[in-house]
Amino acid sequence: MDDRRVGVYVCHCGHNIAGTVDVEQVAEWAQRLPYVAVARHFQFMCASTGQELIEEDVRELGLTHVVVASCSPLMHEKTFRNACQRAGLNPFLFAMANIREHASWVHPNDRDGATAKAKALISAAVSRVLRQNELEPIRVNIHPATLIVGGGIAGIQAALEIADAGHHVYLVEREPSIGGHMAMFDKTFPTLDCAACILTPKMFDVGTHPNVTLLTYSEVENVEGFVGNFQIRVRQKARRVIEDLCTGCGTCWEKCPIKVIDEVFEAGLGYRKAIYRPFPQSVPKYPVIDVENCTYFRTGKCRMCEKSCPAGAIDFDMEDRIIEFEVGNIILATGYKLFDCRRIPQYGYGRLPNVYTSLEFERLTNAAGPTGGKVTLRDGETEPKSVAIIHCVGSRDRNYNRYCSAICCMSSLKFAHLVKEKTGAEVYNFYIDMRPIAKEYEEFYHRILEEGTHFIRGRVAEITDAAHTAEEEGKTIVVAEDTLLGRQRRIPVDMVILAAGLEPQADAAEIGRMFGVGCGTAGFFTERHPKLDPVATMTEGVYIAGACQGPKDIPDTVAQGAAAAARVLGVISQREVTLEPIRASIDESRCSGCRICNALCPYNAIEYLEAEGVSRVNAAMCKGCGTCVAACPSHVITGAHFTFEQVMAEIDGIMVDVYSESPTAPLAEIMA
Amino acid sequence: MTSRSYLYYPGCALQHRSHAYEVANQAVAAELDIELVELDDWNCCGATEYFTINRLPAYALVARNLALAAGQDGGDLLAPCSACFLNLYKTDRHMKQYPALAAKVNKALDAGNLHYEPGTVRVRHLLEAIITDIGLDELRARVRRPLYGLNLAAYYGCLIARPYPVFGSPEQPTMMDRLLEALGANVVPFSLKTYCCGGHMTQISEESAFEMIHRLIKNAAESGADALVTICPMCQLNLDIYQDAANKHYETNYFVPAMFFTQTIGLALGLAPDQLAFGQEFVSFAALIEKIQDAPPPRTRPERRPKQALPMPAMPEEV
Repeated sequence: MDDRRVGVYVCHCGHNIAGTVDVEQVAEWAQRLPYVAVARHFQFMCASTGQELIEEDVRELGLTHVVVASCSPLMHEKTFRNACQRAGLNPFLFAMANIREHASWVHPNDRDGATAKAKALISAAVSRVLRQNELEPIRVNIHPATLIVGGGIAGIQAALEIADAGHHVYLVEREPSIGGHMAMFDKTFPTLDCAACILTPKMFDVGTHPNVTLLTYSEVENVEGFVGNFQIRVRQKARRVIEDLCTGCGTCWEKCPIKVIDEVFEAGLGYRKAIYRPFPQSVPKYPVIDVENCTYFRTGKCRMCEKSCPAGAIDFDMEDRIIEFEVGNIILATGYKLFDCRRIPQYGYGRLPNVYTSLEFERLTNAAGPTGGKVTLRDGETEPKSVAIIHCVGSRDRNYNRYCSAICCMSSLKFAHLVKEKTGAEVYNFYIDMRPIAKEYEEFYHRILEEGTHFIRGRVAEITDAAHTAEEEGKTIVVAEDTLLGRQRRIPVDMVILAAGLEPQADAAEIGRMFGVGCGTAGFFTERHPKLDPVATMTEGVYIAGACQGPKDIPDTVAQGAAAAARVLGVISQREVTLEPIRASIDESRCSGCRICNALCPYNAIEYLEAEGVSRVNAAMCKGCGTCVAACPSHVITGAHFTFEQVMAEIDGIMVDVYSESPTAPLAEIMA
Repeated sequence: MTSRSYLYYPGCALQHRSHAYEVANQAVAAELDIELVELDDWNCCGATEYFTINRLPAYALVARNLALAAGQDGGDLLAPCSACFLNLYKTDRHMKQYPALAAKVNKALDAGNLHYEPGTVRVRHLLEAIITDIGLDELRARVRRPLYGLNLAAYYGCLIARPYPVFGSPEQPTMMDRLLEALGANVVPFSLKTYCCGGHMTQISEESAFEMIHRLIKNAAESGADALVTICPMCQLNLDIYQDAANKHYETNYFVPAMFFTQTIGLALGLAPDQLAFGQEFVSFAALIEKIQDAPPPRTRPERRPKQALPMPAMPEEV
């Protein structure tokens, strides 16, 4: 025996562990393991009193290694490493045994078994920690610039927060203008202030901010690197309009002879030209040429825009531009996609002319929309005398999406108000439950009730044009079970609005993969912790904000955009970031230069040195995944903190006879 | 095309009341090189009523047919009637889903020295088998008398669409629509394609039955249909035999013949009306045959929408 002295701390985790595992017996047993100087049990090791226990013991008993048997290292490894460090012990001389997720929680009805398993896990940790080495964290500088993907209200808010704080932002937007869904809306609930009036000043600020590089009509193509040092490649699609010359005067789209349905900004309800900017307040103000519909690109003739442009800004030969830059942090604010109402054929969308989606209605009622804000039927002129608004379309429905889309109750109430205000029509809201849950939302609901809107509780079964009675003739009939009345109702109306749910963007999974962010079962990006870390992700340096994380309304989206920005600013202000020193390294004196590891490395962190004929790991790029360690045929690659000896010792330790009075790992002697 | 052979469960209705359906099925099958081998010693499926009266004997009644089918050929069992299809399909599924039920049913079958292992027989509706196995391309190639100029409403009825969506969407199936188009006909949008025909309601409450029948013929006529095409003898019976009574009840004068889908296929394949038992119907098919044109009707230009009209959402081929 040498002078190594291990301290073992068994956590009760309140009832979580102690309710199943006999922690007292475990601590008593652990005390008898070789090299263990002290073994204690304590109610909450993560509490300050628990951490102080470790610090005192290190100082007073001269502990050289520490093992805490509690929860998952994902939860508290950092906590206990810090405690060791405060007591003057290298934090990598600490090991954790997970006796909660791996013992008490999974064997709730087997006290003896869970207790035995806890002992084995602790023996493994003790055996391992004895072979752990002191390591020093790797420090890297943080690039102060930030990439924000998505120029909706979340991305705009985050960009302004960071830019105003004095740091550079690259804001990348797929469409020709920033603004996102919010720019399409008419009024915002519950205050009914105009969406454009509150959004466009922010868009303008972003567009003119000296700290913002705005990349519209652009998509991120590639991301490499790690927190503090990401290399980004963006493809800016060719606008075919020279931005330096264009004044945004509008002559080109006035002259353009090609009119196409605008499926994006006008939600399919209005038209645009083949050269267009989505809306008058677009930022930037420059138009783009839609190559698929442009006569010149289809037939080689026309060039009306070029001929009419007073600035000579049209450039048909413009090509996509690749832009590369470095950033330290990334915020994903990619937003949502509206549920496709055609997936519910019994609601008649696409078949029955006067069935609209919520987004179509936003355009219909918008003063800048296709009807100039007049609420009309699909004929473009008849005002409806009765309107049905259907809640939860594609939401809270196990056939489509199980989740609540969070915004539809409120936007449906807003629609009810706007319809009544503009047309005086009878309005029927079909709902399942009313969920106006945020500040001043319930009050808005009552206001709409008092305005005389009818509320019918029941999911709509069908929307049909098949009239049964004379009063139904020529109408669109909404069929639902009124669950408060307990009977079926048929309400003939002139217009139906489907409050469609919010879904993840179609390419959310692909984007997530590019940035190392996972998607949950519904397809939205997964946050680091659903309650305590809602804007961070499992990848350091990558944050999420807005509806890409889950359905949410504008106030919550703005809050998340600002929160993500605050997190980024926090990282930037540290100037450097500490990386785990868990990295692979190659013993170059024994490397045969076979290069098997080169191609296997998922992070391109291994380079081959031609002159020396060996491979070398770039520590800044290595993520410590261990692939090369396992693959090396000469066993000359070592993963720091996961060496062969450490892993074998852990396995050896877990093989202990937990029922022995004087427990030792079976191979301990040989291993030592 | 290779010849195919299926075990076939005609069901009671096709034996008498809806004999025309049986005639058309056999004629079309022969034309398409399909052999329909009648299940030997089959019995009634219990129709729509028996399951609501006494469930276990109802399952046993149906399972006897499944057991016979398993013993005679196994594999596919085709039913041309929606009620028969549903009862056979449901019994197979439920026996698989609820082993306790399967045990009880098999105990009953013991009395006749029969046993059924759920999942052995694949129950299919005749329409689905023709569309899936023959395929629309093959059918299109075999059409000798395209139904140009005929406006048809595809009427699926309720039993076939729900609760098992074997025909695609349970609310707006399009399988038969595609079939009728392949025959050259113009398929009109028919909102009530999966609505109930009333079933045996005529025997219980005539007024309710007339309401259900009337809304179908009214909506079909208003949709511009020259005829309704059905896949179930019950549906055809209600629409055909009671059309006159329903019209009288509502003081209307709709005239919408209700064909069996195999009669429609047969017509397009060039079979003579009497080979397809035309003439047995109450609402005459005669005018339909007259209406068939030699060439596809000229494409009518879509009505010019007023300038201020808003565009309709684009609809993909199949949603």
